[in-house]
Parts: sequence; C-alpha cells; structure tokens
Amino acid sequence: MSQAPDYEDIPGTYVYDSRRGREGYALNMFCMSLNKAENRKQFKENEVVYLQGFRMTEEQRRAVLTRDWLGMLKVGGNIYYTIKIAFCDGLTFQDVAGMMAGVSKETYAQMMLAGGRSPEGNRSKRARKPETDRG
Amino acid sequence: MARIVAGIACSHVPAIGVAMDRGTTKTAYWEPLFKGYAPAREWLAKLAPDVAIVVYNDHASAFSLQIIPTFLIGVADEFLIADEGFGPRPVPAVKGHPALAWHLAESLILDEFDMTIANEMPVDHGLTVPLSITCGQPPVWPFAVIPICVNVVQYPPPTGARCYKLGQAVRRAVEKFDQDLRVVIYGTGGMSHQLQGERAGLINREFDGAFLDGMTKDPVALTKLTHTEYMREAGSEGVEMVMWHVMRGALDAEVTEVYRHYHVPASNTAAGLMILENRSIA
Repeated sequence: MSQAPDYEDIPGTYVYDSRRGREGYALNMFCMSLNKAENRKQFKENEVVYLQGFRMTEEQRRAVLTRDWLGMLKVGGNIYYTIKIAFCDGLTFQDVAGMMAGVSKETYAQMMLAGGRSPEGNRSKRARKPETDRG
Repeated sequence: MARIVAGIACSHVPAIGVAMDRGTTKTAYWEPLFKGYAPAREWLAKLAPDVAIVVYNDHASAFSLQIIPTFLIGVADEFLIADEGFGPRPVPAVKGHPALAWHLAESLILDEFDMTIANEMPVDHGLTVPLSITCGQPPVWPFAVIPICVNVVQYPPPTGARCYKLGQAVRRAVEKFDQDLRVVIYGTGGMSHQLQGERAGLINREFDGAFLDGMTKDPVALTKLTHTEYMREAGSEGVEMVMWHVMRGALDAEVTEVYRHYHVPASNTAAGLMILENRSIA
C-alpha cells in the first residue's frame, strides 16, 4: 500500500485519482448517459427506475436522488460528470459550487464578485491545525 | 513551409459561451470581461491565420471514463458541436485540416509522442469557447482547426514539462509540412479555479499574475510546477494550465507579449487571455 498522496492535504478537495476512479466509475457513467436528450427525458420521468440500469452502490443512488452534491464527490463522483445532473435540473455550475461550499447562492455569488475564495488559510489541512496537534 | 506565427492562451469557461449565445455580454456582470476581448479579436482578424491548433480538454463530452486518451489529435474534416447535457451550443461546426492534422499525427508519433488519433469526435466548450472569445460570432469560423485534446479530468494529467515538450514537437512537425500555412496555436483552460468540494470558488490572483509573467519570460521554470502545486495554489481545476505549456513549447524561446487580459470572476473562474508572437516571424 503506497502512502497517502500529498494532494490529500488540500482541504475541501476531492482529486479524481485512481482510487476515486475505481469507486466512481458506474456513478459517473450514469451521469455521462445524460448527454443524450432521450436519456435526460427518461431520467426525469422516473429517476429510481432509470438508475437501475447502472451498477451503482446504494450510497451513490441515494446521493443522486437527494442531490447531495458534496456526498456524490465522497462516493467517487467527478464534478465534470455530476454537473450533468445539475444541468438536467436547470441549475448552473455556480449554483452547485455554492451548495458544495455550504453557503447560500447569494453568499457564494458575492464571494466570487469580491475576488473569490482566498488561498490564505485554505492551502493545507496540516497547516490549519495548531502546532501542538501535529505529528 | 508551414509556420507557427503566434500563441494564444485563453480560459474556456462555459458560462462565457452561454453569455455570448444568449446575448448577455453587455450586462454589468459580463461587460468588463468582454471589453477586454475586443483587442484580441482585432489582432486575430488582422493576422488572419490559415489554421489554428487548439489544445484543450474534453469535459465528458466526446470521451467518457470508458477510454481516457492522455494526448489526442483530431484529423477529421469536420467536428460537430457536442451536447454536454443541455443541448449543443448554437455555434458553427468546426472545420478541420486533415492534411496537416495527419501529418502532425504521423510526425508526433515518430517523434516519440504516442498520440491517439480521432477520425470523428464532437467538440465541447473547451474548444468552442476560445474560438468564440477570439472570433466573436461569425457564421463560419474564419480558419481551419486541429484539435489536440489533453486529459485533465482523470488524475494525473500529463506533466507541464511533458506538455511543453509536446509543443516543441508540434512546432518541429508543422515546420516540416510543405504547404505555406500560417498557424496559430491556442493553449486553453485555467486560470485559477476550483469547481468542486467545500473549497469551491478558490481564486489566486497572485499565482495567476506570476504565471502570466512566466509564460512570457521564463516558461521553462513554469514547467517544473507539480500537479499538487497547481491544485493547492490555483484550485483543483487550475491544473488545466498544463495545457498552456503545449502552446508555449511551440513558440520561440523569446516571444513578444502582444496582449494580456485578466478578469475575476467569470462564473467560478479567473479568466485569462494572453497573446504571444514569435519574434522569428515578425
């Protein structure tokens, strides 16, 4: 077993690496199917039935059905794929980004207008912890 | 012979395309961004290149996770506009340049860059938004396009250093093509942005400014940035900036920076645009 990759230290970030690639394949391939208008229509008509066509875990199904955007990333979702569900719902990328960040649409939009989220204090999980907690 | 005359670095934020397609570019939100595009459009119209090589990434449009090519070249005579989940963008289909594209594919592979070859593929906002930004809304695109697609969706993307070397090989190949063609190369994506997780919305002006400076003055130093550095400093999706290195590698070591525009925000992203001219052509 290799060491945890260094990018795991970046807070609030789910890098779509081999681990997530193995876990999330079916979930993301369901999302991919929504590129076709006919499939979008079928998904909207009956989401539960539509999802039965994909070998997803119960957790993944639940995350999709409840539109738990952050939860989808935690069970192997890739944002470029899961965003297709949001497009189906008539949401924008910024709507979903705000929901993942856990703030209101207005608060998020305001943050972006003010120059975005600062990297200060957001670079490293380790650096966020007080000295005494380290190591 | 064919020559690369200039490079264009350009973000490819989908919302920029949507704003153009819906005619909302004059709103208070979008106007400052689009105002900065006008000089680039004038420059490009005057340059009137024959071919554009566009280095971009597909976003789950032509390719799913089923097959993930690290470097791919499109050799078709036409590339249709992809449906990315909300219908295709209302922009013209993209005309290819099969003769030069096949020549590039053969030359690159024999030059030890193992390209995947696509005879047929739809193109998404990663390719069409930079065209819209730099050409406006013409009924047909004013030049032929050769798409070079780079994986940045499944970790790891190719390194910046590898992308730079691919650019150098692209240049060698272009210069071996016996038809007189004036070629521009686009490196697209970036700049700082994070579209996912609790850290969504990250923007790093300082990093972006230094990156733009480095692109002009010391591109080789920039190729040493690791993926983790990109993701930490410029957001998880900021790693797309490795694609700029392909463009930069295809240019002279010493270039003239003709134009630069930087604006925050375009949706979740810092939008950058930069034009670099080859001095050997001037």
